[in-house]
Amino acid sequence: MSMDTDLVTKKFKVIGTRVARPDGIDKVTGRARFGADASMPGQLVALVLRSPHPHAIIKKIDTSKAEKLLGVKAVITSADFPDYTNGDRGMLDILENCMARKKVYYDGHAVAAVAAIDAATARAALKLIVVDYKILPHVTEVDDALKHDSPLLHDHIFTEGAGPKSEKPSNYNKQAEYGHGDIEAGFKQADVIIERSYKTEQTHQGYIEPHSCLASVSPDGSAEMWVCTQGHFVYRNQCAALLGLDANKLRVTASEIGGGFGGKTHIWAEPLALALSRKANRPVKLTMSREEVFRCTGPTSAASIDVKIGATKDGTITAAFAELRYTSGCFPANWAEFGAMTAWACYDFKNVKSVSKDAVSNRPKTAAYRAPSAPIAAFAIENAIDEVAKAVGVDPLEMRIKNAAREGTKSSYGPVYGPIGIGPTLQAAKNHPHMKAPLAPNTGRGVACGFWFNFGGQTCVDLNVTPDGTVTVAVGTMDVGGSRASLALAVAEELGVSYNDVRVIVADTSSLGHNDMTDGSRGTFSSSMAAIFAARNAITVMRQKASKTWEIPLEDVIWEDGHARAKGASHGNLAPLSIKDIAGNAGATGGPIAGHSEIVADNAGVSFGTHIADCHVDPETGQTKITRYTVIQDAGKAMHPSYVEGQYQGGAVQGIGWALNEEYVYGKNGRLQNPAFLDYRIPVCSDLPFIDTQILEIPNPHHPYGVRGVGETPIVPPLAAVSIAVTNATGVRMTHIPMSPPRILKAIKTHRG
Amino acid sequence: MGETMRFETPSTAKEAVTLMAKEKGIAYILAGGTDLLVKMKAGILEPDLVVDIKRIKGMNEIKKTATGFSIGAAVPCAALTENAALVKAYPGVVEAANLIGSKQVQGRCTMSGNLCNASPAADSVPALVAANAKVVIAGPQGTRKLAVEDVPAGVGRTNLKKGEIITAIELPKKVAKSGDAYLRFTPRTEMDIAVVSVGINLTIDAKGVITKARVALGAVAITVLLVKEAAKAIIGTKLDTEALAKLAAACSAACKPIDDKRGTIEFRTEVAGVLARRAAETAYKRAGGK
Amino acid sequence: MSSHVKTTINGDAVEFVCANDESLLDVLRNRMGLTGAKEGCGTGDCGACSVILDGRLVCSCLVLGAEMSGKKVETIEGMADGNKLHPLQQHFIDGAALQCGICTPGFLMAAQALLRKNPDPSEEEIRFGLAGNLCRCTGYDKIVRAVQAAAKEMRA
Repeated sequence: MSMDTDLVTKKFKVIGTRVARPDGIDKVTGRARFGADASMPGQLVALVLRSPHPHAIIKKIDTSKAEKLLGVKAVITSADFPDYTNGDRGMLDILENCMARKKVYYDGHAVAAVAAIDAATARAALKLIVVDYKILPHVTEVDDALKHDSPLLHDHIFTEGAGPKSEKPSNYNKQAEYGHGDIEAGFKQADVIIERSYKTEQTHQGYIEPHSCLASVSPDGSAEMWVCTQGHFVYRNQCAALLGLDANKLRVTASEIGGGFGGKTHIWAEPLALALSRKANRPVKLTMSREEVFRCTGPTSAASIDVKIGATKDGTITAAFAELRYTSGCFPANWAEFGAMTAWACYDFKNVKSVSKDAVSNRPKTAAYRAPSAPIAAFAIENAIDEVAKAVGVDPLEMRIKNAAREGTKSSYGPVYGPIGIGPTLQAAKNHPHMKAPLAPNTGRGVACGFWFNFGGQTCVDLNVTPDGTVTVAVGTMDVGGSRASLALAVAEELGVSYNDVRVIVADTSSLGHNDMTDGSRGTFSSSMAAIFAARNAITVMRQKASKTWEIPLEDVIWEDGHARAKGASHGNLAPLSIKDIAGNAGATGGPIAGHSEIVADNAGVSFGTHIADCHVDPETGQTKITRYTVIQDAGKAMHPSYVEGQYQGGAVQGIGWALNEEYVYGKNGRLQNPAFLDYRIPVCSDLPFIDTQILEIPNPHHPYGVRGVGETPIVPPLAAVSIAVTNATGVRMTHIPMSPPRILKAIKTHRG
Repeated sequence: MGETMRFETPSTAKEAVTLMAKEKGIAYILAGGTDLLVKMKAGILEPDLVVDIKRIKGMNEIKKTATGFSIGAAVPCAALTENAALVKAYPGVVEAANLIGSKQVQGRCTMSGNLCNASPAADSVPALVAANAKVVIAGPQGTRKLAVEDVPAGVGRTNLKKGEIITAIELPKKVAKSGDAYLRFTPRTEMDIAVVSVGINLTIDAKGVITKARVALGAVAITVLLVKEAAKAIIGTKLDTEALAKLAAACSAACKPIDDKRGTIEFRTEVAGVLARRAAETAYKRAGGK
Repeated sequence: MSSHVKTTINGDAVEFVCANDESLLDVLRNRMGLTGAKEGCGTGDCGACSVILDGRLVCSCLVLGAEMSGKKVETIEGMADGNKLHPLQQHFIDGAALQCGICTPGFLMAAQALLRKNPDPSEEEIRFGLAGNLCRCTGYDKIVRAVQAAAKEMRA
C-alpha cells in the first residue's frame, strides 16, 4: 500500500472542512439510541447486590428467599460462573471483578444479581438475599498498600521486576524502570537540585451515561447483546470466553455511547446480564445507577510520586529521577509503569530515570482514563521543572524549550522519535498572545507540557458502493467523538465524491472482523487509515469495471474526481465514467463494488501538547477560578478541525476538574463517601471560560493523510498547568491534587506561618 | 415501596393535615420533591403515604400582606425571583433560595421544603433566620407560628409534631434602611452544597450606624446558628474594619463544624468569618450605607 | 399502588398508569417511549433528564409521574417543528456543540428555557443558565457558542 510522502504540502478537497456529523440530527432530537434506550419484547430488569464492605470473605450467600419471590425469574451468584479461564489469571481477575467469588475486594463489589419482571420486584428481591461476610482489615492508600504489614488482598501476587522473586505474597505487584544515562553523575553536575513529593487522588472518567446493556441468550447458545461500549468486539470476546459461549454466536451491537474516556473499555456487568438471560431464558436489561458507576466501575489510579531534578545555571537539566507509586485498585495492573514511561517523554535529557511501583488496594479495579497515568506523572514532573527553572533563574518556558525532545531524540522510555510536536507547541506557546496578557492581582499563570503514545491496532472496514453510486462504510471501531464524520470525509476525499454521498455506520460483531476498542486515541487514526485503503481497493474494482466497459487495459484507466478516466491519446474519445455510471452497470461488469481493509495500524505517531492556564485564587477562601486557558497541540492532520478542537477543550476541562475538585473520598470504613455528581464535582459551565485552542499540524509520516490521534493528550498537561498557576498566584508550591479550597487555604496559611 | 405507596392530592390544608395525622405508616409532604425523591430513589425513605400539597389553594402564592410577605409552602424558589417587590425587600433571601441546586432544582424546590429537610447546609435557611422569618404551621390542633430557627431540631429532624405541616413562610415588612445578604462557600460556582454559609440582615440609622442586626450561619453545626455575638459586634458601628474583624471572629467562634467530604473544621471555621465580613458589607450597602 | 394520569406531552393529550413512586423520567422513557430524556444520575445533579413542566425547567427524575394530572410537559422530542429543527438544534449541529450526545437533549431544553426568559443573555448568563447540565465531552465551549449563535438568530 502506497503512502503519501509529501504530506506537508498535500492539498485536500474535503479533509479539514467542518461538515455536519451524520449522527447530529438524531442526537439533537432525542432519537439517538444509547445503552439504556433499547428494549426487547419480554425483557426483564436486572439489579445487582453489592458488598458494603471493602474487604471480606464471603462465607455464605442464601438466595432462596429471593428466588421464591413472585416475579423473580433468575438469581445468580459466582456459582453461575464456572471458571473457563484455563489458568489465565488476567481473565479470572476480570470475571472475579464482575462477580466476587470467595472474597469481596471493594465497597460495591458485586456478590449476586437478580432478574425480575420489573424494577420494584428486583429491588425487593435484592433485600431477600442474605450474605454472610467475614470482614477483613482493608487498605485504600497506595503508600499504605506497599507497606510490609499491609492487609493482604491476594495470596498469588509476588512482586515482579524488583530483583529475585519475593517469597511472600504482597500487594506490590510490579516494579519497572525506564531511562538512560547516569543520573548520579548528572546530579553531580547540577548547580541546583530540587526534591519534592507529590500526591494525586483517584478520579473517575465521569461519563454522563451509566453503563447499560440488554442481553438475550437462547437455549441453543446463540446470543445478542446491545451495549454502550468503546469496544464491542472486545466485549464480545471477553463475555464469550467467560461464559463459555462461542464467539461467533454472540452478536454484540454497540449503542450510541454517552461518553467513555477509557471507562467503557472493560466489561463490568455485561457477563451478569448474559448469565441472567441464560438462566431466565428471557432478554435482560441491566442499567447501572450513578452510584454504581462511581462505586463499581473503573476509575483511574490514586498515586504518590517523588521527583528529584538537577539543573545548571544555563538552564540545562543534568539529571531527572522520579519514583511513581500508583494503585490499580483491587486487581493488578501496570498503570504506574505507564506513568514511568510517559513522565519525562517531552524532554531530551542525558541522564534520566523513572521507577514505577504498582500496588493493589481495596478500591475498585481501575480502568483507563484518557491518557491513563500520564496526567499524574506530568503533574509531578512539570512542577519539578517549573521549580528547578525558577531556582536557577531561568524562565520555565525557556527551560522547556531548551530541553525539549526533537526528531532523533532517544526518548526516556526507549524509542527514538520521528518528527514530533513538542518543540513547535512550546514555541507557539511562547508566541501566543496569552503569554503576554497582563495578570490581575491574586492571579497566576502556569505552563505545562504533556505527552501520549497513541495507539493504532487492529481495524477492519468494509466499503460498499450502492447501485445508485452512493457509498456505505461499515467500521468496527466505535465512534466516541465524531469519527463517523471523519471517516466519511476520508472516503469522500479518496473517491472524489461529496461528503453527503458517504454514510458511515458502526457495524456489529457479526458483520466485520475483529476491531480493537476505541482507546489509545486510535479511533480516527486507525479507522481512517483502513477506510482510505478500503476506498483505494474499491477504486481498483471500479477501474477494472471501466476497463471492461471500455475494453482497454486497466493501467490506462485512472481515477480522478469521482470518475474513471481513460488516459492516453488513443482513448481520447471515451467520456469519463462517474461512480454512478459504474455502479449502475455493476451487474453487467462482474458484480457489486466493494472495498475492504483489514489492518494493524502501526505507528500511530506520538502526540505532544502545551497548555497555558491563568488562575485566580481567593486568598481568604482558597477558591480557584480559571480565568483564561489555552491548549496548543499537534494533531498531525486535523481531519475535522471542530472535532479536534472539541477534543482539546473537553480533555482540558476534564484535567481542570481533576486539578481542582474531583476526587474519590474514602471513609475510614473503606466506603466511598461521594458516589454522586453532587459531591464528585466535575466542572459545570459557569466554572469555566472559553477554552482557546491552537492546532498545529506536523504530519505523521505513517498515515496516508498525516493524522495522529488527538483525544488523550489534552488531559495530560492541565493538572500541572493549573497547579503551577495556583503556585504562582499564591506563592506556595501545590503538591496535592485536587487543589480543593481547603487544601489551598491550608497551604497558604502554612506558608504564611 | 411501589407496591404500597399511596399518593394524595388534597385541595385544602385541613385535608392534608388529616391525611398526615391519620397515617400510621411513614408519611411525607411533597412540595418540590427535590430532596424527597432523591431519598426515595436511594432507598433511604420508603414512604407509605405522600401528600402533594401543590393543589392546595394559596400554597403556590406569594402574598404581600399588612405585615410583610407570605410565601406559600409550595412556591418554587424560581418563582421568588419573579416577584419584584420581594426581590427588592429581601434580595438576600431570594438569592439564597436560588442557590439551591441548579436551575432545574430551583424550578421545583421550595423554601419550606428546604427548611423541613433539615439539612444544616440548607441555603435558604440562614437568610430566612437573618430576616427574622416565621413559619405558619397547620396541625390537628389548629395553626401556630414558629420562628424559622426553631424549626430544625437536628440533622434531618424538625420540631413539627405528627400531622403538622408548614403552610407558609412569613417575612416581616421590610424596615426602612435595612438590607440583607447571603453568601455561601462552594467549590463549584453552581450545583453544589454549602460548605459554610452566612445570612445577614441589618438596619442602619440616618448616619449609617447599624441599629439592628441578625447574623445566621449554615453548615457549621447540626442546625442553623443565630449568632447574637456576631450581631453585637457590628451594632453601633458603621461597619468599619474593626467591626468587621470582630464580626468575623464572633462567627468563627460560634462554629461547631465537622470534618467531612465537603470541608474541614479548620476551613469552615475560618471561611465563616470571611463570608460574614463580605455578606455584611453587601447588606450594609443594600441598607443604603456607604 | 398506582395512579391513572391524564396530561399533555408535547401538545398531545395522553394518559398513562404509573406506580405512585415512579418518576416522570421513568414514565416518559418506559411508558411513553420518549427516551430523549436521559438518566445520568437520577438525583437531579446532571440535568440530562431536563424537561419543561408548565413553563419551568425541571429534572424529570425529581418529579413523580403521579403529579402530572392536567400538566403540560415539553420534551426534546417536541422541540423541532416537524422537519424543521429549532435554531438551537441546528446550531448545536453546525457548531459541533455535541460529541457523545448524551447530555444534548438536556442542554437543549435548558437553553430553550433560558432563551424564553432572556432572549439576549450574556456569556455569563448562558453559563449560569446551563450550570445544571453536566457535559463531560466538550468543556462547554462550543455549547455556549451555539447558544449565543442561536439566540442571535432567534432575535433577528
